[in-house]
Formats: sequence, C-alpha cells, structure tokens
Amino acid sequence: MPHGHRPGRRGPGREGAPSHGTSDRILVLPGEEIAARGLQPGTGTYRVNGHIYASVLGLVQPRPPFVRVAPLSGRYIPKARDLVIGIVTDVQGTFWLLDIGAPRWAPLHMTGTPWKIDFGETEQYLKVGDAVVVSVEQIENTGRIGVTMIGDGLGKLEGGTLATISPAKIPRVIGKGGSMIQTIQQATRCEVVVGQNGRLWIDGPDEGILRVREALRLVETEGQRRGLTEKVQSLLGISGRPPVGARETERSPGRGSPAGEEHEPRHRPPLGEDAAGGSEMDGDNSEQDGN
Amino acid sequence: MGSVGAKEVPQLIGPDGRRIDGRQLDELRPLRIVAGALHRADGSAFVEWGANKVMAAVYGPREVHPRHLQQNNKAIVQCRYNMAAFSVDERKRPGLDRRSQEISKVIAEAFESVIFAEEYPRTSIDIYIEVLQANAGTRCAGLVAASVALADAGIPMVDLLPAVAVGKIGGQIALDLRKEEDNFGEADLPMALVPQSGRLVLLQMEGHMNREELSRSLDLGVVGCRKIYDVMKQALRDRYSVTPAAPAPSVPTEAPA
Repeated sequence: MPHGHRPGRRGPGREGAPSHGTSDRILVLPGEEIAARGLQPGTGTYRVNGHIYASVLGLVQPRPPFVRVAPLSGRYIPKARDLVIGIVTDVQGTFWLLDIGAPRWAPLHMTGTPWKIDFGETEQYLKVGDAVVVSVEQIENTGRIGVTMIGDGLGKLEGGTLATISPAKIPRVIGKGGSMIQTIQQATRCEVVVGQNGRLWIDGPDEGILRVREALRLVETEGQRRGLTEKVQSLLGISGRPPVGARETERSPGRGSPAGEEHEPRHRPPLGEDAAGGSEMDGDNSEQDGN
Repeated sequence: MGSVGAKEVPQLIGPDGRRIDGRQLDELRPLRIVAGALHRADGSAFVEWGANKVMAAVYGPREVHPRHLQQNNKAIVQCRYNMAAFSVDERKRPGLDRRSQEISKVIAEAFESVIFAEEYPRTSIDIYIEVLQANAGTRCAGLVAASVALADAGIPMVDLLPAVAVGKIGGQIALDLRKEEDNFGEADLPMALVPQSGRLVLLQMEGHMNREELSRSLDLGVVGCRKIYDVMKQALRDRYSVTPAAPAPSVPTEAPA
C-alpha cells in the first residue's frame, strides 16, 4: 500500500464521505467515481473519458501504477496456488468436475491425483458429493480452472464436516500469520482446513465443531470491526493470552506464514509470497490483520 | 395491473393538487431497501416501495444450464420475474404468463447492458425477482431490488440501475404511480436509468401522451431515478460499511415538492 501502514480504523460514519484517494478503507459501489490521479484502472474498475469508476462493490486500493477495487462480496475468484475445498459434482472417464464455489466448475484430471488410475476407474476413487482439498494450478484464458491434488495437505477429505463463509472473510479467519485459526483450533481441539474459496473442513469432538462454527459466525458478522480477536477469544473461553502477532500493525507480506503448521499439518494457510505475483494486483492480503 | 372493476373513475388529483394518497405530483412513495436479505443466494435484496414488496436473489456467475445457452465469450444474463399468487387482490394464477415473460426479458436486457459480462465467459448470471405484494410499479421495484442484489453479489457492472414509472393521471404528469392511478390514469411510462452515463436502458409506455408530455415525463423520471439511486446506495453502504454495524437499513425517501 502506498499509504504506508494502516493508521487504525477511522471514526464512525466516515465511509460514505466522498474523500476518495486520501485514505484507505474507502467503500465504493458500482458506478462511483474513484479519484485516482495518474493511476491506471485495475481490476474492479473501468475508465470512461479519463475518469475511473468502480465496477464492483468493494474497497479502493491504490497500487501504483494501478488503482483497484477489492471486492467485499461475490463468488470465489480462483487464483493460482490457492488451496481450496471442492465438492465432486460430476465423474467422467478421466477426470472429475469440482464445485469450488467459483464461476466455473474445475476439472480435476486423474493425472493430478496421487493415485494410479486406469481409464474408467475414476468413480472408484471419488464419487459425486465427495469433498477434496486441491490446489489451484492455473487459470487458463478460457476461464478453465486447473486444479491438482498432488501436494502437501491435499487429498480426499474423510469424516469431519464442512462450513461455508464468504471468501472475502477468509483472511480474517486465518488471521495474521495464522493467529486466528490457530487460536480456534487450539481452543476447540478441532482440526480445521481453511480453503481460500470460503469452505472450511472441521474435524474433532462434536462440541468443538459447534464452537468452531460459532467462532466463524462471529468472524462473518463482526469481521470488519476491531477487537475481533478478543471477541473470538472470549467466545471460546480463552482469556488474556494474546495470540501470535495479533497486535502488529504492519501487514505481513505473504499471508501464509504457516504458523499453525507444527500443530496441524493439515492446515496450510495458503502459500504466501504474493509479492512474487508481480504485476497482477491481486492484493489478497489486504484484509490481513488480526484486529 | 389487476382488473378494472365496473366502478366509476375516481378523482386522481384533488382540488389541492395532491394525489389520492396525499402526495405531490413529483413525489415518490416511501422506499425501503434491505441489501443481503437472503442467506443462500450470492446476492439479494428486499424492497418495500409504497405497498409493493419485492424480493430479489442473484446467483452467479455460475455454470450454465442447459449447456447450449452457454456463450464462449461472455456470461449470459437470465432473469425470472414472478408474481406470487397472493400478491394481488384476486388470486394470480401461478407461473409464467405473457406479462411476466415480457418483464423478465426487458429486465434481463436492461442488466445485460450494464453488466461486464465478458469477464465471466461460459457462465450464467441468474436473477430471480419475486413480487410478494403488488401495487403498480413492480417491474421498477423488481429492477431496483435486482440491481442491489447484483451489487451485493459482487457482479461487475457500469452502475446500479434505479428505475421508476412516470404516468399521466387526471391530465397531469405524475411520478411513481400507485395502483389506482395506474388503473385509471391515461398513461404509464416505466424507465430505468444508468446514472453514470445518463442513458436509459429500459423504457416502455402504455397509454397515450403527446410529445411535450413525454419529454416532461422523461425529465421527471430521471429526477426520480436519482433519488432512488441514493436509497439504493445507502442500502448497500449500510450492509458493507466498515465502521458502525448499526442494524438500521431503513431509509425512507422524503421527496419535497
């Protein structure tokens, strides 16, 4: 962010103010002009007669030379290297179609699995309705989403239960450096796999699963407000002990420094280093703070 | 809308220049919009506009069914406008009829012209509009609800799409007709505006008006649309505002003369 670290949340009632371009956290709606002198229209914007307008509901993010709007709602838009949870919707001779909550179904080819499968045997491995953890390999320019099941923490999910939350809230669920999800897992004795597509797989004692769901609901409703970590802690009955990194103001660059990994090999907060993502202004770590 | 009984034509404009519900000629009915009223849809909205109550849900972009409708270069926009059986005085026969098919089509086409459909090739954006209670102007209420629902669903588009009907009643041009005015008036002119560009993407007319009346009606409608636009934006801000989560998504419009 060009404006340096976030100076904390602003006072109430300011979001509607048309003070575009001066501070972060500006909410824009489709059709609203964005004052971005000298910047190019990035994702979530369009340009008419030299003026830049938002095309989606979201927060303005100047990322010179572009200005983009990070959507606050909508379906999951897949990105290479995202870890997602898919549900098998169709079985073909050599591949399965997965619903990953994206605009399109994602084909998982049998060569993208750790299994040695002969043609026609696909259904013996995954049936319609099965849940899998896969990683997005690439988005082709036809819009086809390539996924693979080969890799650490990827595979078919057995047992447990699924929960769904808005994909825009996933960074909050993970927390800074995995602090939030780590807190939740430890307090509930549950194992949680977080998919960037807004799906979560939870396994553990029944009572723990219920508490994870409660915590998720809290993140979903209060996710944009401060003090979220404290609220989740008090919900889960933890006191005092501040989680790792909860008080940092600086944004951690790769959202996925895998703080939770020693505890839960399954939980892999998506592989970080978006910085390497270069030109694309995907800025997914934007909502990445644990407050 | 509804059947005209054998009653005599009521006086639509009183001696004080006010309408039967006390409104001025250029005054809107109270409008309340709640964004994100449904949980399962990708985006949704509920609109109460005068005595109209309309629910809209948006799904997508998602896989197209049936497959042959799929377009390789863009998303298709599908709309289903439907009136509940209990939405009018006399039970409406459920299901698609010619009127709802037409309205579905014009609404879908209005949205096609503002949605950036090329961003999601081979997918479908599905809009469902359910009229729960009708009192004239339901296609405009449906459009407004659907538009807020589309924004709530994160669909990229040029702008929100406020809509309103202008009509001719008792020889006068009036904004936002209610049922009696629609039934007994001389003309009805629903329209939808793209505020960003000032273009109209829906315009229909029933009844008769001369050129000068049409021109004045368009002007009045555009002014009305801009007021509705403000309420739509406020509904979305109330839902997504970062700071106070005050659960008061109600903004009545007062339209001073």
